[in-house]
Amino acid sequence: MSAHLFEAPGGIVAPQAEAHAAAAEHHDAGQMVSLGFWIYLMSDCILFAGIFATYAVLSHATAGGPTSHELFELPYVLAETMILLASSVTYGMGMLAAVAQKRGKALAWLALTGLLGLSFIVMELNEFHHMIAAGAGPDRSAFLSAFFTLVGTHGLHVSAGLLWLVVLMSQVAVKGLTETNLTRLSCLSMFWHFLDIIWIGVFTIVYLMGVV
Amino acid sequence: MLGKLTLSAIPYHEPIVMGAVGMMALGALAVVALLTYFSRWRWLWSEWLTSVDHKNIGIMYIILAALMLLRGFADAIMMRTQLALASGGGAGYLPPEHYDQIFTAHGVIMIFFMAMPFIIGLMNLVVPLQIGARDVAFPFLNNLSFWLTASGAILVNISLGVGEFARTGWLAYPPLSGLAYSPGVGVDYYIWSLQISGLGTLLAGVNMIVTILQMRAPGMTLFRMPIFTWTALCSNILIVAAFPVLTVALALLGLDRYVGTHFFTNDAGGNAMMYINLIWIWGHPEVYILVLPVFGVFSEIVSTFSTKRLFGYHAMVWATVCITILSFIVWLHHFFTMGSGANVNAFFGITTMIISVPTGVKVFNWLFTMYRGRVRMETPILWTIGFIVTFVIGGMTGVLLAVPGADFVLHNSLFLIAHFHNVIIGGVLWGCFAGFTYWFPKATGIKLDERLGRYAFWCWFVGFYLAFMPLYVLGFMGMTRRLNHSDNPLWQPYLYVAAIGALVILCGIVFQVLQVLVSIRDREKNRDLTGDPWGGRTLEWAMASPPPFYNFSETPRVTDIDAYWDMKAKGLKPRTEGFAPIHMPSNTPTGVVVGGFSIVLGFALVWHIWWMVGLGLAGMVLSAIIHSWFDHHGYEVPADVVARTEAENARRAAAGTAMQEA
Repeated sequence: MSAHLFEAPGGIVAPQAEAHAAAAEHHDAGQMVSLGFWIYLMSDCILFAGIFATYAVLSHATAGGPTSHELFELPYVLAETMILLASSVTYGMGMLAAVAQKRGKALAWLALTGLLGLSFIVMELNEFHHMIAAGAGPDRSAFLSAFFTLVGTHGLHVSAGLLWLVVLMSQVAVKGLTETNLTRLSCLSMFWHFLDIIWIGVFTIVYLMGVV
Repeated sequence: MLGKLTLSAIPYHEPIVMGAVGMMALGALAVVALLTYFSRWRWLWSEWLTSVDHKNIGIMYIILAALMLLRGFADAIMMRTQLALASGGGAGYLPPEHYDQIFTAHGVIMIFFMAMPFIIGLMNLVVPLQIGARDVAFPFLNNLSFWLTASGAILVNISLGVGEFARTGWLAYPPLSGLAYSPGVGVDYYIWSLQISGLGTLLAGVNMIVTILQMRAPGMTLFRMPIFTWTALCSNILIVAAFPVLTVALALLGLDRYVGTHFFTNDAGGNAMMYINLIWIWGHPEVYILVLPVFGVFSEIVSTFSTKRLFGYHAMVWATVCITILSFIVWLHHFFTMGSGANVNAFFGITTMIISVPTGVKVFNWLFTMYRGRVRMETPILWTIGFIVTFVIGGMTGVLLAVPGADFVLHNSLFLIAHFHNVIIGGVLWGCFAGFTYWFPKATGIKLDERLGRYAFWCWFVGFYLAFMPLYVLGFMGMTRRLNHSDNPLWQPYLYVAAIGALVILCGIVFQVLQVLVSIRDREKNRDLTGDPWGGRTLEWAMASPPPFYNFSETPRVTDIDAYWDMKAKGLKPRTEGFAPIHMPSNTPTGVVVGGFSIVLGFALVWHIWWMVGLGLAGMVLSAIIHSWFDHHGYEVPADVVARTEAENARRAAAGTAMQEA
């Protein structure tokens, strides 16, 4: 037999070996999805970097309107922060249960995560509502435009995460903890923890630095 | 019910606009009629629109780019004739409000909907083949990316017939693009078409990075990757790092226009300069997103047509990586005159000049590859040599503009226009044409007609110099960009020459259209039977043309930079037996559906039709959720189907080799 174009150095690759390689390829799909999602998260990180930079530039452009010192209530935001951080912990517990193939337990932890996330969003909307009612809406000054956009973009991400969480929970409930669902759960997990990290940035740069 | 949309949004009193709309409608009708007459709708839907095959998606990207090139060039020739007619104090035939839309549309279409799809199309078509992969990492996402890009392009073209387009220039600087000075829907069309297509581009970037990092054939280490794949990797890293900033800039501008925020307004603490910074933090890397892949194209072509390994492969790779990094620290040179201070200007001036060093390294690599090579002067190498000469001139005028002192004189003059057309046409566009000619046989199995290709090249080459060298002179004479009319008799002769240049370029485009049509008509004569028409060096030439839908019948093993050249040198032959079944992804209509809903969303946002906004958004999200609900296991191609396809291709290749020898 003559030498083949794509022959392995050690001899012709048997079809069985190829089939194994194909199976391995299939197995790698989850890993590729995770890498792809990670790269997407990095681009999202740059998106937030752009908005953070905008906030930094405009944070003193209050145009005679209310300033961060007058507007922010740290205890309230601290409670919000703790709720969001706790939701990361519960998500982690959910992931542990999912990897251990304990469907009911995983769903319970995920439901708790969703409730915490929802509370965070409700608290944020409440804060927005009070500010707008007090005449400190996004159209009042460039500082407030940047504040609502930065915090709101994070909130929009959390809301999208909540929708995703509901869809994934129903998929897990119907189809079980399949390999596909586990990959998706781990992607959402990355997303959820990533939003926590962003929020720590928001808490520090917007709220803490805005009050000191 | 319909927001701001009324019948008066259709510019039926403007004969030029209605003529253009009529032409486009006629073209669309002709396509519909042809598809119906040949009953090809099902074929179009199942083989193309819903395809997840990277080769088909690449071809669709390039078709989109070609159509948008025609649209963008129509804008260009209107501007050149207007300026020639309106240079002696006359008014010309395009009133300012229309003319301003034309130059904005020209820039937006040429960059976002011609150059970007062309580059992404080439990467899609070629990169998986070059790295020995079955497809990209996420085939469905690839289809979706294409449809989001196409939706953006469709939205821009809808603005021609319904409403208006932005009159702000292609980057829509505020405060001009703010609500106070652009109350119409033009800027909104601009924002939403770019947001939708930008999402597609970002997803395409993620996809391509994972493909290149994870799916290379065994043995293909990073430093054995073909140069085109290297440049594609760097370009896609730039996409992922830069496009989010564009998203932010446009979103903030959108908030200013829709919610009444004060990011870039003149009052309430807004800061228009911040927009200029943000948009160029994206905009300068964008230049390299476009030009790096064509550097890769030229590298492949130079080495193939010189029948030599590329001179300085490692230097080429490192030069590419250096440019990738440096491209992020030069953005301020686009607005030296904004007054950031001497030290800031000096920093960005120097970084800009430094970027010419790795670029110069590349030029010398190409020259030394040709030196003592056996250069075959076919069309791809003609474009390459034309590029080297032209791009060096454009690069040098760029270094001149990088001197802040000189920039204060030349900023916003036609000198700048001449400079960036010099590098974008002479670099990006000709690189796309070179890649088009080079890989056309691979994609279709047909070689392009050589004679018409030469005619097209010479028309473009001569036409480019006629059209843009006068603009350098006009810049020195003080003519600024975006003028609608002028009455300086000293400028007139140069504007005439530039208009003649545009007509010569038109001849080049006509020859290109003819070239494709004639080549398809004479396809039996132009058939590429061997799959390796140019004496190729990289893996895409190791298979039939067009490649079987599964690409490689088995995963190649790579031991050298020029992997296929190495295989040929070792006398390896394609396998003829012992094939294994191949697993392939299934086609899906979700991309088309999500793309369609994104047009609904964009259109509704432009016209403030809020119920339709909800419909479009819900449609996009729900389609994605429904798609995720079903398992997409793909299907198995049985081994005997692979064996039959490979046997047929081997028979054709043998016939082709026999014909070459005869």
